[in-house]
Amino acid sequence: MEYVTILLDGLAYGMVLFIISVGLTVTMGLMRVINLAHGAFAMIGGYAAAALIQAGAPFAVALALATLGVAALGALAELLLYRPIYRKGELSQSLMTFGLTFVVIAALTSIFGPGVRPIPIPSALDGMMNLGFRAYPTYRLFLIVVGLALMGLLWLLIDGTLFGARLRAAVDNPRMCQAVGVNVRLLFTVAFALGCGLAAFGAVAGAQLMPLDSYYALRYLVLFLVVVGVGGLGNFRGSFVAAVGLGVVDTFSKYLVPNAAPYVFYGLVVALLLWRPDGLMPARSAS
Amino acid sequence: MSESEIIRPVAAPARPGLPLLAGRLLPWAAVIVVFFALPDRLTLGANVFIMALFALSLDLAVGYAGIVSLGHAAFYGIGAYAAAICAIHLTPDPILGLVFATIVAALFGLVTGMLILHTRGVTLMMLTLAIAALAAETANQAHAITGGDDGLQMPELEPLLGHFHFDLWGRTAYLYSAAVLLVWFLISRRIVRSPFGRSISGVRQNVRRMRAIGTPVWGRLVATYALSAGIAGSAGALAAQSTGTVGLNAMSLLASGTVLMVLALGGMGRLYGAFIGALVYVVLQDFAAEMDPFRWMFVIGALMIAVVLFLDDGLMGLADIVGRRFSGRVR
Repeated sequence: MEYVTILLDGLAYGMVLFIISVGLTVTMGLMRVINLAHGAFAMIGGYAAAALIQAGAPFAVALALATLGVAALGALAELLLYRPIYRKGELSQSLMTFGLTFVVIAALTSIFGPGVRPIPIPSALDGMMNLGFRAYPTYRLFLIVVGLALMGLLWLLIDGTLFGARLRAAVDNPRMCQAVGVNVRLLFTVAFALGCGLAAFGAVAGAQLMPLDSYYALRYLVLFLVVVGVGGLGNFRGSFVAAVGLGVVDTFSKYLVPNAAPYVFYGLVVALLLWRPDGLMPARSAS
Repeated sequence: MSESEIIRPVAAPARPGLPLLAGRLLPWAAVIVVFFALPDRLTLGANVFIMALFALSLDLAVGYAGIVSLGHAAFYGIGAYAAAICAIHLTPDPILGLVFATIVAALFGLVTGMLILHTRGVTLMMLTLAIAALAAETANQAHAITGGDDGLQMPELEPLLGHFHFDLWGRTAYLYSAAVLLVWFLISRRIVRSPFGRSISGVRQNVRRMRAIGTPVWGRLVATYALSAGIAGSAGALAAQSTGTVGLNAMSLLASGTVLMVLALGGMGRLYGAFIGALVYVVLQDFAAEMDPFRWMFVIGALMIAVVLFLDDGLMGLADIVGRRFSGRVR
């Protein structure tokens, strides 16, 4: 029975990973930019929400404002900083975005000071819920539900709407997509903003599992990248499977073999990437 | 036939004329001049050489072979730890320690390179990241060998070559790191100008074509990667020997990012770029010594962004432009 609890913990953790990383899979798959600043956008959202809550705003309001604010910031960053580097190589892209991460970390730390920025659980989510066979923290159930709901929404958005069809077309073949009259540039900006907003949302909602401190953007960056790489660039279903799978494996190994957990995690990642270099579910058919 | 005219072999570099030769000797002459002129800044000078060596190793991998490594600090850190462990458990001789560290780092590069170098692009970058994370985690957990969070203290080293003590002013460390840098620089230059070096540049430019003409791409990449790892290991060993301590930060993601920035700042794929980048970076860092670490991080980050947006070929590229202006050559 204990294993059910660990499984639920792993699912909650995996959902947070998914919410934050899904935006990254869109940017890296669609725009083919190595974006090492994704964690920085998540961190901005988390810090902003913490400040709002400290100023007296309710959790839901802080969550919404942080998400929208970071989405707007993402759109601005796409226009000013990312557009010039689309045509440059992987190396320039990783340098620029790495630098952006440093700047964000330094700026946030000098404004808010070092140390953990707490985001308290709202009272509605605090406490335990009876699942029939055992009690389980409501907050983690909330994360699982939100993750599943987001997956459903994205499924509808990407497979069911014109915007989604354009997005898929642009991932498949951006030139052809542009040639048939889709405004790919606008699509990039909107998708980037959406991805940043989701990152902020995930950072705020999952702050209990991934505490917000000065090195947040760097510490979890590798995790987000790994989820995207293992899942397959540009495929949100792949990210879901990778995030939840890795989340569950990581949680289990932390409970069962605490000292060897990083080895299990990164060993699995290396093995998966060697086995399927394009990720578990590559978005583009081999060309 | 015209075929042979179209597909010309890459022209061998022309014999350097006298001014060019003088230009090439200039940096090394500066090393000597600084030794006598600024005797109280020699520790700083040694840091420049160590950073230049580290950036040089990355240049071979990224600038020549096109292997974008986001985890190069792993090799640097392994070299540093290997040098310290060698000094504690095996021998206090600095040169043996350096050789030991170089071999250990190169072997690690060889094994991991064999594993990951059949992938390319984003996947390869992630794999370098994941392997660096594994190495850092190992250094953190193997407390008995690496000291974990506390790091390692180097014991007293034997005098270099039996004569030169590591002194307080860093004179020995300065000349020692300059010599190691010179040796690796000459080896690297020889390699990048050899047919082997041309072929790895070819792999960077177009893998498919190189495969089509029968180049063993994977083997060439693995060899370059192992060499690059070995040089990075040397740099780490020098750092450990001259500062006397090794810590986990030698392996951090920040260190990997910093060396990439140093190389990009100087100019990629041209060996000397590593020198210029390292010089500018270390001197800046020295000026910023009183700054709190987060301010410093801000400066580094802003520099990285500025280099990418405004300085495509780094400072060496800028020097080229200025040089062409002066010599009146049009290209």
